[in-house]
Amino acid sequence: MTHQDSNAADHLPERGKPGKAVDPFADPGLPAHEPRRQDIDERAAKHSERVVTMLFVLAVIAAFGFIASYVLIPKSKVVFIFPVGHVSAQNFALGGTLGIALLCIGVGAIHWARTLMSDAEYASERHPISAPPEVRRKVFTDFQQGVAESGLGRRKMMRNALLGAMTIVPLSAIVLFRDLGPLPEKKLERTAWAGGKRLINMNDNQPLRPEDIAVGSLTFAKPEGVQESDEDFQEVMAKAALMIVRIMPSDIKDKRSADWGHQGILAYSKICTHVGCPISLYEQQTHHVLCPCHQSTFDLADGGRVIFGPAGHPLPQLRIAVNGQGYLSALGDFDKPVGPGYWERSA
Amino acid sequence: MEKLSARRRHPLAALVALLIALAAAGGLYAAFAPTQQAQANPAQSLAIDQGKGLYDVGCASCHGTSGQGSHNGPSLVGVGAAAVDFQVGTGRMPAQQPGAQVPKKRPVYTQPQIDQLAAYVASLGPGPAIPNPSQYAPGDVASGGQLFRTNCAQCHNFAGAGGALSEGKFAPELRNVSPKHIYEAMLTGPQNMPSFPDTTMPEPQKRDIIAFVTHVTNPSSNPSYGGLSLGSLGPVPEGLFGWIFGLGVLVAASIWIAARTAKARK
Repeated sequence: MTHQDSNAADHLPERGKPGKAVDPFADPGLPAHEPRRQDIDERAAKHSERVVTMLFVLAVIAAFGFIASYVLIPKSKVVFIFPVGHVSAQNFALGGTLGIALLCIGVGAIHWARTLMSDAEYASERHPISAPPEVRRKVFTDFQQGVAESGLGRRKMMRNALLGAMTIVPLSAIVLFRDLGPLPEKKLERTAWAGGKRLINMNDNQPLRPEDIAVGSLTFAKPEGVQESDEDFQEVMAKAALMIVRIMPSDIKDKRSADWGHQGILAYSKICTHVGCPISLYEQQTHHVLCPCHQSTFDLADGGRVIFGPAGHPLPQLRIAVNGQGYLSALGDFDKPVGPGYWERSA
Repeated sequence: MEKLSARRRHPLAALVALLIALAAAGGLYAAFAPTQQAQANPAQSLAIDQGKGLYDVGCASCHGTSGQGSHNGPSLVGVGAAAVDFQVGTGRMPAQQPGAQVPKKRPVYTQPQIDQLAAYVASLGPGPAIPNPSQYAPGDVASGGQLFRTNCAQCHNFAGAGGALSEGKFAPELRNVSPKHIYEAMLTGPQNMPSFPDTTMPEPQKRDIIAFVTHVTNPSSNPSYGGLSLGSLGPVPEGLFGWIFGLGVLVAASIWIAARTAKARK
């Protein structure tokens, strides 16, 4: 040992002398209990009790205030409250009184727990939870005696029949899972659009003519025969919603898309192909339509192609033409399923 | 009369009767026919001339000397007086600088000057005229709300608070926009906004939408019943506010309670 080593070893606990060993990670135990003012001064305790009582009484008063504001303040009354501006007086009073009531109960409970309830620390020792050996032996012998007396080990046919019954009876509930179906089959592929159905303007319920649709305009349409009073109107329109734009034919890049329209009038599904949000944030100069949910962007001048965002399919286009009476009408349903993709989607 | 009836068989009688009938017919026509349209309206011509003067100074550098457009600005042939009244009346035109979108600012021209400019641009080609007050008088608020949610809310937000579009473009908020300008915007489709012409959005429907927009954006007719509306921007700012300020206050209160000891000896 060199001189330096012995110097460094001076600070370490010495080995081989248990009497003098110091455990550096010894459990320090609980610190000595410190009393609170309320524990030693009865007047302070009384004061805390009064404060807590007052808080609870205040909660009761605020609750009465809540009832009173509901009964007395007219619903239409509007007041100006400085930081929030013009608000309904009743809403403000209801929220304020209920907030005060709940806050008083909470503050009172915390003040009670911190100043008056016992704050002495207790150690709760943990012990193994297994039973003593003689108790375990007794349980095992009792169980084996029960098995022998019931005849489960001897009468095998009966036992197996019981096991069968216990298995089959719960399994019979499996048939109930049928009620989660039936599978959508072709329901998601078809919409209310069909050949010959005229395009009805959502704004005035009138069939649209090509001369109604100006370049740069945006119009929403529903299929002929669908009424807003129909019971399944929302369900039908969730798939059939249509937006109609008119683009200068020279600006249309996709030949097939132009052919499916009428002199620049193009009809696209309004349902985003990502997760089915209604999209119609149409920029008439760029011919882009954006989805407000995840910013998928479609180019209506290029066959509804996705040019940005998470959408996986172009926007389905409805084939339209002008019928004998001069109205815009569909030549069939959408050629692709509208809306988001799904497992059974064929195209 | 006796003398006149005596000459009714005179050879020239038929000619005289014909002349009298023609003169009467001509006179009646001259008395009742609307002659105003046939003549040039001097006030209108003057407005066009004055508008042309304003146009040459303020607009021609971008839109061309006769409204034909240039690479800096679109052609104004056929945009109509309504488009001019909207663009100049809301201060968007003349534009301060080119960009993704020309924002609203304090109008540069007075209303009489705007009318002259509109008269000049309207003379370049037929287009929608400035609506008269009966066309944009507010209609039915409830029906307007339904139409607004179908046609407008996707960009301008359910409460007319506006929203973002792509590449720096945005749908402006609709608060304090005059009914006339709302009508003109629907009619003409300024910048990237699609138009909603009378053929697809008839005038009564436009009036309903105007009634809804003025109702919903006016704090005195549509107060914020819940207090802080956070700009009516929807669930994202509301959630952000709840998470940051609501939970923040709770965390701060918990720390404050736990940091203070109740012991007598501090």
